[in-house]
Amino acid sequence: MATTTSTTAPAPAPARGARRPGARLKRRNALIGWTFVLPNFLGFAVLTLIPVIAVFYLSLTGWNVFGQAPWVGLDNFTRMLGDASFHRALLNTLYYSGLHIPLTLVASLGLALLLNQKLRGVAFFRTAAFFPYITSMVAIAVVWNMLFSPETGPINQFLDLFGIDGPGWTTSATWAMPAVVLVGVWREMGYFMVLFLAGLQTIPRELYEAGRMDGAGAWQRFWNITLPSLRPTMFFVTVILTIGSLKVLDLILLLTDGGPGQSTLVLSQYIYKKGFVENDFGYASAVSVALFLLCLVVTAVQFVINRRRQD
Amino acid sequence: MSTTTEVRRVTPDTGAAVRVTPSRTRPTAGRVVAHVALVVAAAAVLLPFVWMVISSLKANNDVFTVPVQWIPDPVVWQNYVEIWEKSDMTTWIKNTLILSVGVTFLQVLTGSFAAYGFSKTRFPGRDALFMLYVATIAVPWQAYMIPQFVMLSKMGLSNTLWAMLALQTFSAFGVFLMKQFYETVPEELSEAARIDGLSEYGIWRRIMVPLSVPAIASLVLITFTNTWNDYLGPLIYLRSPDLWTLQIGLKTFIGQYNADYALIMAGSVISVLPIAIVFLMGQRYFIEGIATSGLKG
Repeated sequence: MATTTSTTAPAPAPARGARRPGARLKRRNALIGWTFVLPNFLGFAVLTLIPVIAVFYLSLTGWNVFGQAPWVGLDNFTRMLGDASFHRALLNTLYYSGLHIPLTLVASLGLALLLNQKLRGVAFFRTAAFFPYITSMVAIAVVWNMLFSPETGPINQFLDLFGIDGPGWTTSATWAMPAVVLVGVWREMGYFMVLFLAGLQTIPRELYEAGRMDGAGAWQRFWNITLPSLRPTMFFVTVILTIGSLKVLDLILLLTDGGPGQSTLVLSQYIYKKGFVENDFGYASAVSVALFLLCLVVTAVQFVINRRRQD
Repeated sequence: MSTTTEVRRVTPDTGAAVRVTPSRTRPTAGRVVAHVALVVAAAAVLLPFVWMVISSLKANNDVFTVPVQWIPDPVVWQNYVEIWEKSDMTTWIKNTLILSVGVTFLQVLTGSFAAYGFSKTRFPGRDALFMLYVATIAVPWQAYMIPQFVMLSKMGLSNTLWAMLALQTFSAFGVFLMKQFYETVPEELSEAARIDGLSEYGIWRRIMVPLSVPAIASLVLITFTNTWNDYLGPLIYLRSPDLWTLQIGLKTFIGQYNADYALIMAGSVISVLPIAIVFLMGQRYFIEGIATSGLKG
């Protein structure tokens, strides 16, 4: 690749011109700056920026497997309005996010608070909690699918101990989404826990001591000191978590493949299906634009709320 | 966000530093509850992995028993031999290694190079350019994978390892992480080097790269793991079986032998084990890298 050679080859340029100040020096510095940025930026532009722009164009065409891209205007979008599968995918995406975001927030913040205590085994637990996040989704999905197995799976056996008749989990249209969310929370809580821990450790101890002096209990200290101090972290985590939930794909593909029926079909998977399975690239691009706008709007709203709270 | 130095100070040694602090002397009810919570959480996190390893050593009929058999009897090491015979494991591992090593190398190289440009040199449009990188965080890959695929196919790269190499190398993540680190390096250092006649490239190679070894370690570990575990990229781009990575291969194997639970678990252990080892060796850098940038791939 051209980009690699240009990074490895930068022979130290003679610094003679550098002593003369002025426009020439500026141009030279700019040129040097560009040579640093360019190898990565070229790849980034070709593989990310251009596709991001192209998706809007493609969404207005009827691009299919034959490689022709007839201009169809807004046809794809009107088709989306009447497409029951699309509606289902959109609702499921919101369902997944609505469940996954708060649960992950609570679990990861809870773990971070726990780990911020001076307990034995904290270092070990931090490592353990992070582990699911770096494990391949294929392995995670197959293990959980077996754990969820309705008849003889360990989870339902465990529930049976308490006299609970476990549901069919990934085989049940009602329980498939909660099962997916459960695995999602399990996988990601360790990651966000690390972010919260980093945030917690920037809170000055004096604040807590002052709180204690004023007679604030543990709950009051959490509510009036910890939470407000964590606001920047909380905001950042929420934004990342929201985008991550709206775009969820591999977890679904591997755990339920959208089923049973369409009970766990989400937007990203619908894009995948329309594009790579049915080769309906134009329509898939239109759904992509919908996903893109959804992420954009939600993120923008979060930024506005965050700014308003700061004032 | 917290800077690297802050994070490093607090993360790696908490375990050791904690034990001497005085507040440990009060074994209150709250502390007991906290310990219990910790144990329960640890069990919830780790039990699926334990179950995976145990099942991989069982005879197939023993995987789903009521009640769960926690110690395999008999222990069937044969599963690990059998999966190797029944699948194309060697090819998958070879492809996965080529991609993981190649992507990691290229990402560290171009990422740290670009990060130097963004943090230590000045040129018109620099900040606007960086904003482009930042803006794409809010754009999920799932929203532009279609045009990306169409484009790479037109370039004749689909169904080649090159596509995967290109796809994963230029993520904005490497640039972020390295830029965060470079910005903690005092400007005086590079200024002094400039006065000594070192070119910008020389400063990058002789000062910045050696200084940023911890950040590079984070980037190496995170990129390697991401590439190793990637499922969606290979799923879309790698169609011929001789190009399959471990994840795609394993997934296909699961589809073919869907009742051979013990074998499937053995395959899963094989796919997880290298990452587990890498993670345990370098977990400090892992967690620092993520706490610093707040992002992953």
